[in-house]
Amino acid sequence: MREMKSIFKASNVVKLVFIVLTYLLVQFLINIGIITDYYQTTLATICINIILAVSLNLVTGFTGQFSLGHAGFMAIGAYACAIITLKNPTYAGFIQGVAAGAILSAIVGVAVGLPTLRLRGDYLAIATLGMAEIIRIIFTNLKITNGAAGLQGIPRFINWTWLFVFTAATLIIISNFIKSSHGRACIAIREDEIAAEAMGINTTKYKVAAFVIGAFFAGVAGALYASYFYFLKPNIFNFAKSVDILVIVVLGGMGSLTGSVLGAAILALISTFLQRFSEVRMIIYSLILIIIMLFRPQGIMGSRELSLSLFKRAASKIEPKVGKERS
Amino acid sequence: MPILTVEKLTKSFGGLTAVSNVNMEINEGELLGLIGPNGAGKTTLFNLLTGVYVPTTGKIVFRTKKGEESIQGLRPYKICGKGIARTFQNIRLFKNLTVLDNVRIAMHKDIQYGIFSSFVHGLRYNKEEKKIVEESIKLLEILGLDKKKEELANNLPYGEQRHLEIARALATNPSLLLLDEPAAGMNPAETTELISLIRHIREEFNLTILLIEHDMSLVMQTCERIYVLDYGKIIANGTPEQIKSDKRVIEAYLGEDVNNA
Amino acid sequence: MEQFLQQVINGISLGSIYALVALGYTMVYGIINLINFAHCDIYMIGAYVGYYCMTFLGLGVFASLVISMAACVVIGVAIEKIAYKPLRNSPRITVLITAIGVSLFLEYVTMFFMKANVRSYPPLTGILAENINLGSIFISMKQILIVVITIVLVVLLQIIVRHTKLGKAMRAVSLDKDAAELMGINVNNTISFTFALGSALAGAAGVLVGIYYNSINPLMGVIPGLKAFVAAVFGGIGLIPGAFIGGYFIGAVEVFVAGYGNSMYRDAVVFAILIVILIVKPAGLLGKNTREKV
Repeated sequence: MREMKSIFKASNVVKLVFIVLTYLLVQFLINIGIITDYYQTTLATICINIILAVSLNLVTGFTGQFSLGHAGFMAIGAYACAIITLKNPTYAGFIQGVAAGAILSAIVGVAVGLPTLRLRGDYLAIATLGMAEIIRIIFTNLKITNGAAGLQGIPRFINWTWLFVFTAATLIIISNFIKSSHGRACIAIREDEIAAEAMGINTTKYKVAAFVIGAFFAGVAGALYASYFYFLKPNIFNFAKSVDILVIVVLGGMGSLTGSVLGAAILALISTFLQRFSEVRMIIYSLILIIIMLFRPQGIMGSRELSLSLFKRAASKIEPKVGKERS
Repeated sequence: MPILTVEKLTKSFGGLTAVSNVNMEINEGELLGLIGPNGAGKTTLFNLLTGVYVPTTGKIVFRTKKGEESIQGLRPYKICGKGIARTFQNIRLFKNLTVLDNVRIAMHKDIQYGIFSSFVHGLRYNKEEKKIVEESIKLLEILGLDKKKEELANNLPYGEQRHLEIARALATNPSLLLLDEPAAGMNPAETTELISLIRHIREEFNLTILLIEHDMSLVMQTCERIYVLDYGKIIANGTPEQIKSDKRVIEAYLGEDVNNA
Repeated sequence: MEQFLQQVINGISLGSIYALVALGYTMVYGIINLINFAHCDIYMIGAYVGYYCMTFLGLGVFASLVISMAACVVIGVAIEKIAYKPLRNSPRITVLITAIGVSLFLEYVTMFFMKANVRSYPPLTGILAENINLGSIFISMKQILIVVITIVLVVLLQIIVRHTKLGKAMRAVSLDKDAAELMGINVNNTISFTFALGSALAGAAGVLVGIYYNSINPLMGVIPGLKAFVAAVFGGIGLIPGAFIGGYFIGAVEVFVAGYGNSMYRDAVVFAILIVILIVKPAGLLGKNTREKV
């Protein structure tokens, strides 16, 4: 009975309420027309970028393995889903497409991760970057992906509700993973790989696990992208895309999931306003990277999470009485 | 009965032989010391025993509940799984994590729930996580760190960081504990406290302990038997009394008075 | 056979450019353990400076080359002082992300001012425009120019690194920064000097590639930069001879894959080589493996 209770702990209930309220609020804004079709596209970008950033954060922010190849996994998910839904334009086809994209991406993640995760730091970064480039070049040359011209007219099966469900599910799954013993094993690797191994953690297993989970969700994000935006070409998934995702993670804070959510939202809004000036957008992105690294390398959130207790703590500073009651 | 047997263990790095032809036998329940001048190869020997380095030649046999097993060349996490835990000379805590998390991480290898059930936090997860926290706090109480469980490891004073290293090693549930200079940087009062702590955990957890130490008073007071390493070779082995009067040991320390140290 | 020799000649020309760029990567990595992502954009800027000198100032090849190298030295050192120096004691990942930021910044600022379209180098005139035909093998004077300039620059670099005080300081700092500082070496100046040397070579490579391929654009550095980095890793990162050998190797591989295989896959092959080296011998052809001390 006690265990049952702990699932319904106050913080979990608050989270659930918060998730449902967010959904309802946005749905309401869509219904009354405040969020127009144009901004719905931004909303979709935010959701997809949250999934990408959170999955990269698991690899880079939590496990400490610097990957520059996330766009490659996204590409696999996107093309798998696009090809399947083009052949079978039904909801069943779409679900199959997402599943196939995510699983294929995870399989490539194992194949790439096993050999390369032995490399440290910047070598790993450059190896994953090379991997993503190879994937892009292959997609540029295959017939089934229609080469450099890409695929068009991919049927759209998703709307805000679908995107929200996928995003929330990704957040919950990755957050649960991090708060488990397996997640702590990953964090230990980031902190000190040799000590982690000496304390009985199979570091190879957990580096690959984090990498594969990251690849899986990047595949999901790619599939959602393909289904929402009708159109794919290999150049969408170039090095700049991997950097885009990295910027979100770095801005939000490496090791903070809520930071990634904030980062995705902020950057999506910036790029929506600067859509017509793509060069300016990239200049601003690059300046964000440099300035954050120089002045606040831990990002907006550091490794903290936005949570109820954080608000409470902030409130207790303003109102000392509240703090006393709590302690 | 020996719990660990080392036979003709050698490790060379290029032309340098850091550990050469070492034979050792550690009996169950013993409290052993490993001493020797700087650069004698003590830490290298620890690294060989715990799998950080792969021996060039030689054998390491460890006795677990399942019987005797050769463990040379196994990866560190596997050796840890068999029941050998260690601390580090140059403290290697998970600095940005809390004291509690440092200990919880070391309990990972006994976790029963898999990666997939960690995604959903089922009943098994709750039960095991609760147990882990309880056991971690018990360990922290023994090491006197329970009041600081929410502090970051990095913010602990030096002596407490060394204690946390021991707590973390104990959390892996070892039968053999290797301590690499546990008293380094401690003042005499802290060292005295450490001695009684080491004795206490040996009783409490039924441990065999091998410790490297430069503080001779600690070694001579606590250890029942001592190995002396010099230039990668074992040059003596015996009770503290025997070691104090051993000619080769005195020579190795080049006039450093083992008796007074 | 003739086709083979032709490919060798093309490979050497292209390899010279990779070698010049790879030297900059390897020297910077050797001294501060940083993959300087912005290095490939200095090469791009070198190409643009050369383009302006030749097109608008009407300068000759050599004058343009020297001006472009000087401009790149200024930019390279400025980047080091502004973006990397404050992060000397930060985690490597922080500096690496900064380098990516600087790289994007240079690319898109150039794009903002120069626009994204491709620019053409003016055609060479006089003896440099001629070709030599040896039977059915065809060597252009451009190719000879590229190889000769590369060799001259690499010899100069060797002299500087081997025989000057600053060169010795460079080697000392790359071995042990703290010890070098205790020996009275000004570490900051030495690092800046390394960036200056690397940037000068990248600037030269930029002008040469402009002459060779005739077209430049703001993103021209990205892929060649990655390949030059692969070259540096192949030879053994941090080692000057390694980068030189690696540059020619990668140039040859690329030309042969394009010549005998599918030219669409030539970039993929280079990245595949990178991954294989990193897995099989991460220290590279001439490097030694090292282990972290526990």
